Amino acid sequence: MIKTKNILIVAALLIVFVSSIFAKGIYQEPKDFLLEVFAGEVPQVKKFWIQKDLQKDINSILGHDLGVLRLSYWQRDNRTAWILEEIGKSLPITVGIVVNDNKIERINILVFRESRGWEIRYPFFTEQFNSAALTAEKNLDKGIDGISGATLSVNAVKKLAALALFFHQQVLK
Amino acid sequence: MLVLPVNRHFMQYKNMLLIFCLFLFSLDAMSQVPTPEEMWQIIQEQQKTINELKTKLSETDVKVQQNIEAVEITADAIESSTMQSGINDRLTNQTMVGGYGELHYNNLTDDRLNEGGMSPDDSLERTDFHRYVLFIGHEFSDRIRFFSEFELEHSLAGDGAPGEIELEQAWIEMDINDMHRVKAGLDILPIGIMNTTHEPNTFFGVERNKIESEIIPATWWEAGLGINGELAPGWNYDLVIHNGLKVPTSGGSSFRPRSGRTKVAEADDTGFATTGRIRYTGIPGLEIGISGQYQSDISGTADSFDVQATLLESHIIWQHNSGVGLRALYARWDMGGDIGINPASINADNLSGWYIEPSYRFSIGSEPWGEFGLFARYSMWDERNQISGAHRYEQFEQFSTGLNWWPHNNVVIKFDAQWQGANANVDRVLDGINLGLGYQF
Repeated sequence: MIKTKNILIVAALLIVFVSSIFAKGIYQEPKDFLLEVFAGEVPQVKKFWIQKDLQKDINSILGHDLGVLRLSYWQRDNRTAWILEEIGKSLPITVGIVVNDNKIERINILVFRESRGWEIRYPFFTEQFNSAALTAEKNLDKGIDGISGATLSVNAVKKLAALALFFHQQVLK
Repeated sequence: MLVLPVNRHFMQYKNMLLIFCLFLFSLDAMSQVPTPEEMWQIIQEQQKTINELKTKLSETDVKVQQNIEAVEITADAIESSTMQSGINDRLTNQTMVGGYGELHYNNLTDDRLNEGGMSPDDSLERTDFHRYVLFIGHEFSDRIRFFSEFELEHSLAGDGAPGEIELEQAWIEMDINDMHRVKAGLDILPIGIMNTTHEPNTFFGVERNKIESEIIPATWWEAGLGINGELAPGWNYDLVIHNGLKVPTSGGSSFRPRSGRTKVAEADDTGFATTGRIRYTGIPGLEIGISGQYQSDISGTADSFDVQATLLESHIIWQHNSGVGLRALYARWDMGGDIGINPASINADNLSGWYIEPSYRFSIGSEPWGEFGLFARYSMWDERNQISGAHRYEQFEQFSTGLNWWPHNNVVIKFDAQWQGANANVDRVLDGINLGLGYQF
């Protein structure tokens, strides 16, 4: 009886351990983010082609080229949703960003792969971006407090927020 | 007077002629109007043309759609083939390379020169590429990773050379789940501010502060097994079991923590130690940390006595988005004695230090101007007096002030001035200036 009980306990622990492995770093699947953002009715995906004349602005925001020819985005009226990636210290962070009338409506950290700086996924950090707009110099118009020890991850999210605002302006032109 | 009647007649004839011509033209035009049969034929021909155009338009639509699909496929293919750079490269290859480095110039005067006629001149006028560091990391899978840091100190290593080649990190980390990880290997210990984050663009001052050099012997790494992760949003923990220090028990550096680092280089006979840390980062811009360490025998296990030691550390980092910042840290060692050995005899039973560093950072424009930062730091710490034959620990203090200029977030140029003081007889007290250039990538 005791032996069976021990086996069951070990099996339960193994199941918890194995299932937890597959949850690594993915805090929200992109499709779930879109379903949440558009209240279950996700509009048709659109493609935003990165024209040559945009490269300079993109470079000034990111500090490097985007490295893709076009991006997917989702739009309903003056509201757009973007799923973007940028490297923090060594690995990409996947971020979902909603822009409404040229202001950040919400930022969700969807996938975080770095081994430090995971605090950026919490609302106490991401809610700072709400209502942020883009200045003429392509910077955010409000200050964002960082996370100690996660400066590079914080910078990556700030860059992506500015980039989403810039792309939003372009598609609504 | 005779001209007017002639002109009037002429105009009348001209108008009549025009009306006659128009009449003839209209008769001609009426003779060209198609008959209903001809009209029907024309309509049928036009309908045929319209049908042909419709067919062509439909075919064009199909071709345009095919072209769009072809462009999408081509774009996919191009992006796939260009995954050799940027983010995609790192995702694909799972191996990353980075590094940092710092070049220093020190011009310091020894204020205790000639004091009592016993103190040598320790003035310093030196140019030194202090640290050149490369790190390589690799993602074996989504949940298992490797990280290493390789350093050349003082530019030149080898027999008689001032520098060293050091392996500062080489560890494997595995995720247990989203919240917890286990790590094993050679790793820097989770204590203080500078020991874990010491890239030159991340701190003020050319040289690292004295507390995180003499009390916390940063950069301090050991071999061990640990667990780290999150307890709740904003609450992080680390717990590591590792090999301990091996401080000398005699000579001018006895009981000096920094002199006890084995650097995991054939580290024989070290006692075991354990280090724990709790950090709170739940408010953006704020970090509060507390860490503790227990050493079972800080003098190593080869001798005949056991010197137990504990290290306690706490710190705060606050960096507001207005540019105002503050760092403060306190650290303290307590070392016990054993039969035949007593750290208290040279004032080493309790070694402590603290500093406080307000700062202000502000932007002066986009590249190449970047950001400037000003800082001031007051430090107080216990350090060996370095007086031969009268070795003991005394209290030092230092005031530093200076500036950092970041033309880019990862590039920094530094300047600072320092004034040291000490209450008792010590070999050297250094005042002067420091210049530095640092980078990280």
